[in-house]
Amino acid sequence: MRFELTPRPNVSPVMRALAPVAAFITAFLIAGLVIWLMGRSPAAAFDVYVLQPLSDPWSLQELVVKATPLALIAIGLSYCFRANLWNIGAEGQYVIGAVLGSWLALKTHGTEAGLWVLPLMLLLGIIGGALWGLIPAFLKTRFGVNEILTSLMLVYVAQLVLDYLVRGPWRDPKGFNFPQSVTFDPSATLHPIFEGGRVHFGALFALIAVLATAVILGRTLFGYRLKLTGDAPRAARFAGFSSKSTTMAVFAISGGLAGLAGITEVSGQIGQLQPSISPGYGFTAITVAFLGRLNPIGILIAALVVALTFIGGESAQILLKLPLDLTQAFQGILLLCVLAGDALVSYRIRFVTRGGGK
Amino acid sequence: MKADVSSSGPPLVELKGISKRYGDLLANDGIDLSIEPGEIHALLGENGAGKSTLVKILYGVIEPSAGEIRWEGRPVSIGSPVEARNLGLGMVFQHFSLFDELTVAENIAVALSGDWDLATVRGKLGEISRTYGLALDADRAVWTLSAGERQRIEIVRCLLQNPRLLILDEPTSVLTPQEAEHLFTTLDRLSAEGCSILYISHKLEEVRRLCRRATILRAGRVVATIDPRASSAREIAALMVGSEVGEIRTDAPHHPEGEMLKVASLNLPPAGMHGQSLRDIDLTARAGEVVGIAGIAGNGQTELFAALSGERLAGGPDAVVIAGRPVGTTGIDGRRRLGAAFVPEERLGHAAAPTHRLSENTLISHAAAEVSRSGFILVNAARRLARTIVQSFDVRTPEGDPQARKLSGGNLQKFVIGREIIRKPKLIVVDQPTWGVDAGAARLIRQALVDLARQGSAVVVVSQDLDELFEVADRMAVIHQGTLSPLKPIGEWTKEAVGLEMLGVAQASGGVHAV
Amino acid sequence: MTTFEAILLTIVTASTPLLIAALGELVAERSGVLNLGVEGMMAMGAACSFAAAVTFDSTLLGVGAGILAGALMASLFALVVLGFAANQVGSGLALTIFGLGLSGLIGAPFVGARRDPVAHIDIPGLSDIPVIGRLFFEQDLFVYASIALTILVAIYLTRTRSGLTLRSIGENHTSANALGLPVWRVRFWAILFGGACAGLAGAYLALVYTRFWSPGMTAGRGWIALALVVFAAWRPGWLLVGAYIFGAATVLQLHAQAAQFGVPPQVLSAVPYLATILALLLLSLRHGRAIGAPGSLGVPFVPDR
Repeated sequence: MRFELTPRPNVSPVMRALAPVAAFITAFLIAGLVIWLMGRSPAAAFDVYVLQPLSDPWSLQELVVKATPLALIAIGLSYCFRANLWNIGAEGQYVIGAVLGSWLALKTHGTEAGLWVLPLMLLLGIIGGALWGLIPAFLKTRFGVNEILTSLMLVYVAQLVLDYLVRGPWRDPKGFNFPQSVTFDPSATLHPIFEGGRVHFGALFALIAVLATAVILGRTLFGYRLKLTGDAPRAARFAGFSSKSTTMAVFAISGGLAGLAGITEVSGQIGQLQPSISPGYGFTAITVAFLGRLNPIGILIAALVVALTFIGGESAQILLKLPLDLTQAFQGILLLCVLAGDALVSYRIRFVTRGGGK
Repeated sequence: MKADVSSSGPPLVELKGISKRYGDLLANDGIDLSIEPGEIHALLGENGAGKSTLVKILYGVIEPSAGEIRWEGRPVSIGSPVEARNLGLGMVFQHFSLFDELTVAENIAVALSGDWDLATVRGKLGEISRTYGLALDADRAVWTLSAGERQRIEIVRCLLQNPRLLILDEPTSVLTPQEAEHLFTTLDRLSAEGCSILYISHKLEEVRRLCRRATILRAGRVVATIDPRASSAREIAALMVGSEVGEIRTDAPHHPEGEMLKVASLNLPPAGMHGQSLRDIDLTARAGEVVGIAGIAGNGQTELFAALSGERLAGGPDAVVIAGRPVGTTGIDGRRRLGAAFVPEERLGHAAAPTHRLSENTLISHAAAEVSRSGFILVNAARRLARTIVQSFDVRTPEGDPQARKLSGGNLQKFVIGREIIRKPKLIVVDQPTWGVDAGAARLIRQALVDLARQGSAVVVVSQDLDELFEVADRMAVIHQGTLSPLKPIGEWTKEAVGLEMLGVAQASGGVHAV
Repeated sequence: MTTFEAILLTIVTASTPLLIAALGELVAERSGVLNLGVEGMMAMGAACSFAAAVTFDSTLLGVGAGILAGALMASLFALVVLGFAANQVGSGLALTIFGLGLSGLIGAPFVGARRDPVAHIDIPGLSDIPVIGRLFFEQDLFVYASIALTILVAIYLTRTRSGLTLRSIGENHTSANALGLPVWRVRFWAILFGGACAGLAGAYLALVYTRFWSPGMTAGRGWIALALVVFAAWRPGWLLVGAYIFGAATVLQLHAQAAQFGVPPQVLSAVPYLATILALLLLSLRHGRAIGAPGSLGVPFVPDR
């Protein structure tokens, strides 16, 4: 017996849209199986992971809060992935964005600095992320170093930078030796959109990024440039699009958006720097980007769906004593299912059994 | 008489009612074919007639949808190339099945069945090489070899297994006339030793030189089985194409004037590890003429195209001058804006993005076409442009605005050439304009290029097809290992002279272009 | 034993898991498959081996469980990239995320447990040679096994028929398919071998190197192993050299941390990651591109019709 893959002549848009849904259901079934194997009730887990968060207004806000960094980062990554460039170091760009933005918050701490602090912090966050993202891009375009490994290695480095700062020079002297910075002043804090709510202005940034990206990818020559670079690199060069500047541009964009996600999370959510400022948003965003089929609107939906697994995971840890790692394992399986689903949409798979002849 | 067709006993191989269906397309439709022992049998047909599909079925690479294969009268099922080889079939592929980084001996060893070690393979390789005059160095890496040498590896690889039937798919498309003649001698000899040969080609002269029986395919069906020596070239061509293909008209008055392209002492290092460098290239093309560049694949044509188009930049601005402007260090966009146009060899992936619609593919020459404004795509303008190209160049499409990959080779080539010609460029450089294109499309493309020149554009055609160049070119040069022979009027060239230039022999004897 | 000897010994111990994991990946990549899931397979190997070793109180069973876990993870990857021709970079990444998560689940009940050191094998006579004696001839079995495996892989790739087939498939799967070489079958086994090696490397980490389990204990070693394959230009011999250089860098930075030179520990912790980037950079500077990369590496295989 052997496989045969034949490209499908026509792929209906409905099928393309349904593939991630099918992948999601498959991943859910696999996760249910794992939970059942661990001797827990999959039904109870489904209740805690999905139904409860969706039926509770507080959780619904939390959903938007968690989806915000995921959507911001994944939107940025979609620029890279469309051009077939593999930035897998968004987690590091997120951290450096948070660090550079926080620098201003800490510098102006306790001063009378006014309204200009916050916008400048956000700008520094974008710059920090973009610069960190440009390192692998520069190494790739200038020296031909593989971007996958370098961008990933820089995640570890970024985390160590953050660790050093919060344990060393930026540690709050009155913080009982805890590794954390001072709490940001109100002038350096991103406020909730609605008084007393949890959803902060970062969600608006994510929405703007989605809409802007929809226009850029769908209607501009730059968007076409990315698509052409990803689908047919030689044709892109033939069209006069230099692959080097494409690489630099998409890494700067995705790094910048990841950095923005980092600084909004710190200034809008956490309120100070600490050794861990992300439950792996930068990696999960890769799943989000593919689950959303690299389409801005798709990514927005996918970010909300995946955010659910974070919230569900947290409550499952408390209510069912299911380890948080289950969420990560689920996200990995989900990404595998999405990629396999993509392939199933493009190819028809047949099992050929060979009879007779021998 | 080396191949007695009327000999007793069953044919060596017999195909009965072979069909292969891909979705709506019937690539092979009930094909019958038989080959006698020791016979050289030709399989003739246009590009897309179904020749490659048929031989892949015979060699076990793909499965037929219906039909039967008989080997010496017994029905057999050939499930894989390994089974085919065990049966006694050998195949020389058109696009070689070689591994660039491995040595000659390793390339041969990997395809052998049974027990062997590299030392044995080396020994046998030497033996076969001597017997048939196919010189090969066992320890050279394949990427260092010429196309002719690579083909020798494929042939030796087959001969080592003592094949009963040798299949050759368009074997001369990469050879010089002299190398081709050497191949024919080898084939005659094999046939005399009793080995059958299935010879696939679309070149009539070769088939008439080699074969006594030819099966002609058209649109997936057998249209005739004939003796090619008894029929005229015209008759055979008519059978292949289905209707007569007219000659192209080149009679319009021709007064070339004004240099649109001037290349002076162009040098270019190789692009990759296995690339060809360009050395001291001098070339001019004037408005109103067609300049041909002949040469065997891999002698620097790709590099020359990249240097002319601006995909690769020259050392200084003066190395390439387009319409009087030095552009050696200007990219492809800048050259397009000066009125130049380019069509590369690869249709899918270079000239066009396979999964993009035709309207999106017009954006590839966005620098010179009115399909975008201040960074935004003019979607309707792109659609209109695609439609105009489709209509003006008789591009047959399955739907209104299909993906490029859904077009046949000929139709896509008409589209990518049409995309450039439609804006009446001052200069157009085309690499292999009709490679793998059916006769009808090839004629249309050649005519369009000649017409463009007669309307006052400079046209540069890089081609491996000598017949094509003799048909369209006004002046011609030959490229060999990155150097270009002098550019001479077409009337001063003979095929033999071109062949010698292709081999680099003319340089040694004449020393004419020690510039 | 002098401090110097002790340092040399730990270098060998730190290098061995890198070498084993990288060897497996090297074979997979020579067959044309890029599996970025090494980190995840390694984490699973570590968790499963530690769980089994503690549960059954047997190092041997632990090692077996680690190998099996790595191979199972790899077969999942093989299904997706061979069966569905899915994108290899994305799938490998997914495998890493999945493996890191699942290993956390499996290892959770065993946090805090410890295993006894694994016996070292003393080669009589040779191990009495000063300095190098203890270094080369009084190691644990895994060290000898990893060296032997390197030699075997080198011989397999260059001297055997099956190795030639594997290299051909990695070089050009279209040609290989046209010649009737079993592209899918060879790649499946190569991926599985890669997984088994990553699992073994993980087992070594948990059972020999640290002798406890903690989540995320692989700490990027899987990624470093991937970089080593590039660094070694896909040659087993160079892999040995590379693994030992990296092992040395890791150990020396640990000792430097202990010695407290006044350099922040985070700077020293970053050394292996920065060294990886530097190594890749130097390699590219020398060759201009990744030399020796198999021609079909990372390209999904869909046979033409």
